[in-house]
Amino acid sequence: MPFLAYTGIFLLLPTGIVIWNAFRRPTGGFTFSNISALNTSTVRSLFVGSFELCLISSAAGAVLGALLAYAVASGNPDGMIRRIYIAGSGVLAQFGGVTLAFAFLAAIGPTSGVLFHASWYYNFPWGIALIYVYFQVPLMVVVFLPAIDAVKIQWREASENLGGSTWHYWRYVGGPLLAPAFLGAALLLFANALSAYATIVAWEDQIAYVVPQQIGVSMISEVGLVNFNQGDALATGMIVMVVILMTGYFLLQRRAARWQR
Amino acid sequence: MRTSHRYALTGLAALTLLAAGCGSSSSGSSSGGTNWSTVTSAAAGGGMSKLIAAAKKEGTLNVIALPADWANYGTIIKDFSAEYGIKVNSIAPDDSSAQEVTQIQQKNGTSLAADVLDVGMSVATASTSLFAPYQVATWSSIPASQKSPNGQWVQDYGGYMSVGYNSSKFPSITSLSQLLGKQFKSAVALNGNPTEANAALNGVMMANLAEGGTADSIADGVNFFHKLKAAGNFTPVQATPATIKAGTTPVVFNWDYLNTAAVVGQTNWKVFIPANATLGGFYAQAINKSAPHPAAARLWQEFLYSQAATGGQNLWLEGGARPVEQAAMTSNGTLNKTAAAALPPVTGTPVFLTQTQATNAATYLAANWAKAIS
Repeated sequence: MPFLAYTGIFLLLPTGIVIWNAFRRPTGGFTFSNISALNTSTVRSLFVGSFELCLISSAAGAVLGALLAYAVASGNPDGMIRRIYIAGSGVLAQFGGVTLAFAFLAAIGPTSGVLFHASWYYNFPWGIALIYVYFQVPLMVVVFLPAIDAVKIQWREASENLGGSTWHYWRYVGGPLLAPAFLGAALLLFANALSAYATIVAWEDQIAYVVPQQIGVSMISEVGLVNFNQGDALATGMIVMVVILMTGYFLLQRRAARWQR
Repeated sequence: MRTSHRYALTGLAALTLLAAGCGSSSSGSSSGGTNWSTVTSAAAGGGMSKLIAAAKKEGTLNVIALPADWANYGTIIKDFSAEYGIKVNSIAPDDSSAQEVTQIQQKNGTSLAADVLDVGMSVATASTSLFAPYQVATWSSIPASQKSPNGQWVQDYGGYMSVGYNSSKFPSITSLSQLLGKQFKSAVALNGNPTEANAALNGVMMANLAEGGTADSIADGVNFFHKLKAAGNFTPVQATPATIKAGTTPVVFNWDYLNTAAVVGQTNWKVFIPANATLGGFYAQAINKSAPHPAAARLWQEFLYSQAATGGQNLWLEGGARPVEQAAMTSNGTLNKTAAAALPPVTGTPVFLTQTQATNAATYLAANWAKAIS
């Protein structure tokens, strides 16, 4: 019951308000114009941009993070390295926004001397995805490590005793075991990138590439383009995007976890 | 004034301080029998001395969206505070004009609301119902076209769109078409997203005029940036003094008063204003109708529009901005001539966007900007 009240107040209520306002005019009254304004090539490219950025950064983050988590898990469970990795990942997973963008600028920007003056990392989506990976990988380590820890060494031994190769083990034992957790973690990374705002704004802010940037425009434009309801419509679009994703994830999860039943 | 959403935390911290610091000064409506929140000039309220006394009694002024390195506001706030002994709370210095209006809509009725606003013209003309009419003592020195008839908003300072550049890195720039050349690889930046920030929209409009377009359509300007992007010379990083110092944005389209060597902190920073594209723009002052410190708000206006050597008009000028009373002050001899001489020279007839032209430009940008440069 407390949980229900909590989700009601902090999740369902705001979501409901956003969707409700998406169908209203700034002056009041019901309208479809905010929603139909989503179907322009400019807005479509924003959703495509968001999707690309999230897909690239979450896929790269999930794969790299899972490998790192596996490496950490196969080390000494009480070792110093493991503790440093876990603590470091916990911190770095929250390392985003202005600080991350500035760290990048200072580390590989044209004046750092570390890297040549490459402009490709300003390219969308690959350049910014590279930056996102810096907080995606540690987040993956944090959320995926418990799943890897739960894999018992005995299962591997059993597989080997039955004559299974490394490939066999991962294909028939380890892979299916970890797949649901991996997919869940990757979804979390996707949503994490979808809602990220400060990093991309601090990095490149002269064009809106992704939906959150455009929501920003609709809220703070000083050249006369403020329209809160349009922002709500864009947010509704993002909600729909997450719902579709969650449905896909749910179906995939059910398929991946068939062996559990 | 300009846009930035990354300083939300700073703003929050400032608000928290405010909440802690000045919970007591919220009423402020009557001092000595005068209700300053409806007074429309110092004389109508009983004269300057009455206004000063009432403002001192309130003791606090909430200003919003005034970056310290923008048109000398750092000094202006300090001087005002020192002269009248009034504490100035600078809320969210990097907010946009639209956020200023949102702030007073949300905070009115509390002591946290901004008393005075400095907004772009699009926002000023759209929000007059939130502003108190007020005429400063120097009202007659302000050209009629630069104020609303009853003083709900009054233009305060302005400048011309300019191209600032690092002169030790690049040869002297004499035309915008030069920027399409090879040596300007990823060098050219705007001050923000033109669908969001005034300064950026005007940057595109300046390119538009230089390319032979008129103020009625910004299409040629968007096309120029499209070519700039295709040449690989446009950098999507928003220019700030920090990125200029770091060398990330060595060529910047911005108001001339933000493009000075002093503001960007680079001695080799030069400014170029194209002769065929002199685009001017002014910001405007307004008083919050429900200002928690109505007398201090009005005293702030008197200070800003004062022609004294240490008054707001000359302080803006010293920051590289052109004060609205500049013409009147030139003829009555109160203008700081040294500061005036230091302004970048302007040739040709300046263009000022009308409200319709600005709106049309914004609408066109909303549909075409992202497409042109992605």
